[in-house]
Amino acid sequence: MNRWIAFWNILLKDMQSYYLKPPNISWGLVFPLAWTAMFFIRSGSGLEEVIEILPGVMAISVLFGTTSMLAVTVTFEKKNRSFERLLLAPISLELLMFSKTSGAILFGLVNAFVPVIPAAFLADLSQVSWATVIPAVLLIAVASTFLGLFIAVSVSEVFEAQTFSNFFRFPMIFLCGLFFPVLSLPVMLQPLSFALPLTYGVDILHGAIHGQHILPLWLDFLIIAGFSLVLFLISLKNIHRKWIL
Amino acid sequence: MKNDKSKIRSPNDEPEKLIEVYDLTKSFESVQAVNGISFHVNEGEVFGFLGPNGAGKTTTINMLTGLARPDSGKIRIAGYDCSAHPKAAQHLIGVVPDESNLYPELSGFDNLCFCASLYGIGKKERQKRAENLLEQFGLQEAAHRNFSGYSKGMKRKLTIAAGIIHQPKILFLDEPTTGIDVASARQIRQLIREMYQAGTTIFLTTHYIEEAERLCERIAFIVNGHIVQDETVANLLQPLKELKVLLITMTHDSGNISGKLAEAFPGYDFRSVSQQHLRVESEQTISIGPVVRFIEEQGAEVTEARQIKPSLEEVFVEVTGIETDVMKTEKNGGPS
Ligand SMILES: Nc1ncnc2c1ncn2[C@@H]1O[C@H](COP(=O)(O)OP(=O)(O)OP(=O)(O)O)[C@@H](O)[C@H]1O
Ligand SMILES: [Mg+2]
Repeated sequence: MNRWIAFWNILLKDMQSYYLKPPNISWGLVFPLAWTAMFFIRSGSGLEEVIEILPGVMAISVLFGTTSMLAVTVTFEKKNRSFERLLLAPISLELLMFSKTSGAILFGLVNAFVPVIPAAFLADLSQVSWATVIPAVLLIAVASTFLGLFIAVSVSEVFEAQTFSNFFRFPMIFLCGLFFPVLSLPVMLQPLSFALPLTYGVDILHGAIHGQHILPLWLDFLIIAGFSLVLFLISLKNIHRKWIL
Repeated sequence: MKNDKSKIRSPNDEPEKLIEVYDLTKSFESVQAVNGISFHVNEGEVFGFLGPNGAGKTTTINMLTGLARPDSGKIRIAGYDCSAHPKAAQHLIGVVPDESNLYPELSGFDNLCFCASLYGIGKKERQKRAENLLEQFGLQEAAHRNFSGYSKGMKRKLTIAAGIIHQPKILFLDEPTTGIDVASARQIRQLIREMYQAGTTIFLTTHYIEEAERLCERIAFIVNGHIVQDETVANLLQPLKELKVLLITMTHDSGNISGKLAEAFPGYDFRSVSQQHLRVESEQTISIGPVVRFIEEQGAEVTEARQIKPSLEEVFVEVTGIETDVMKTEKNGGPS
């Protein structure tokens, strides 16, 4: 169908212009590895803990990969007005934003599996349930992309998008159970953890990779999907309200 | 795609209104950008939207094309209610914005192909169209260079090409010739004529009154968000047909002399338009000799006296009360 030509070409252009550029590829590789290394050096833990750290490193790669891209693909294009071309195209705003975010989702998905490669050499990944990991990573990518979209639409400058997303990202590293179990956080902070979508995604990853999780996995899936939908709808509403002046 | 113009414009046929606008308003915080305008554009015509900076031209285009939401009023394009469904007519519309907004990191060719893809045009077809347009605009050499390295005129041409690659029924051009050299501007005007001949309805905003006069069939003057005049060019020029105008350049202050001249030549109308320029108007033929002699008897030297053709510029000054130096005029000679 005609509008899928538009969808596919928007996605393809973003891939060529942004995601497949060497700085982004190397960012996608270096970042997760640096995190893993830092964690090992700091805690002095042994190789047997790789499998416990893996879910957090995967989640963090997705989170940083996706949210930082939206600042470029959306905020930057809005700023230099090329986004107007997309708004003038005879495709619905939903489809347009879906195509603008698909690239970031794919990028996040790929980023997530970068740390899996070294992990496979260092630890035994045979008991990992990939059939759960893959949809979980996909949902984490979707949720954090839409979080990035929400941020990108709320600001007008690229640097604001970066600052604003750090405001969300860094607390999420500690609150969402990436490296420290949510249940070991101070009780006062726990409600905050459960208000963040990433918590549920990370819970699934922990469950699928080394078997320890807090909530039933189906509930985790349901909640993170719900978060994604709500973030997407709010972003669309904001675009309607703020960009179509 | 060539249309027979005579068929569309036969006098017994009521032309079809392709764009209809009723009582459109739009404000930004404290600024009333567009203030209750109503107009229509007929199918196949070149409609000029003329006004000074900040008059509300771009805001109007944005509302018509779905980039801005009107505060109130109604927009109908090709029968679609675009005030309720801003995206309904977008497949029929091409827009050339006042500032080039293509992708700096893509080549000219890739930019055009990408824009065509947004309208659902298949790969083979969009590549063919992109090549043809690049050739038409003399941009083949630059086709595979990044858009960011284009000159201003090249950028404008590619932006126009991107606006027409999906062969829109209605083309919005926001000041297409502002800020580019004479040759490029002429090329763009030629292109507008060709699009018109091919049956495209064109909505053109411009500062250049002469340009509007040459290209448009109908013109709306917009000032401070109000339409102050909306007429066919022929009707606007009608009262000027009989008017003779003489422009005299002299060495002395023309203001001092015009009063004396008015007494000596009661049939003519004298107006000092600048320090050295005097304008003489009359419905009868102006005899240059006696006027020049009279001025020289006053001790001033006449360096030039020439008959000028009254233009739309006069009408504009008349209806808007705005002196035309408020509007920019094209450097290095007028439009072709
Ligand atoms: N996004 C906006 N926010 C605030 N004010 C705006 C905005 N867009 C336009 N305006 C104001 O609305 C008025 C009309 O602007 P508009 O751009 O439509 O004028 P224009 O006729 O296109 O002028 P120009 O010939 O300079 O392009 C101006 O006073 C402008 O400052
Ligand atoms: Mg403008």
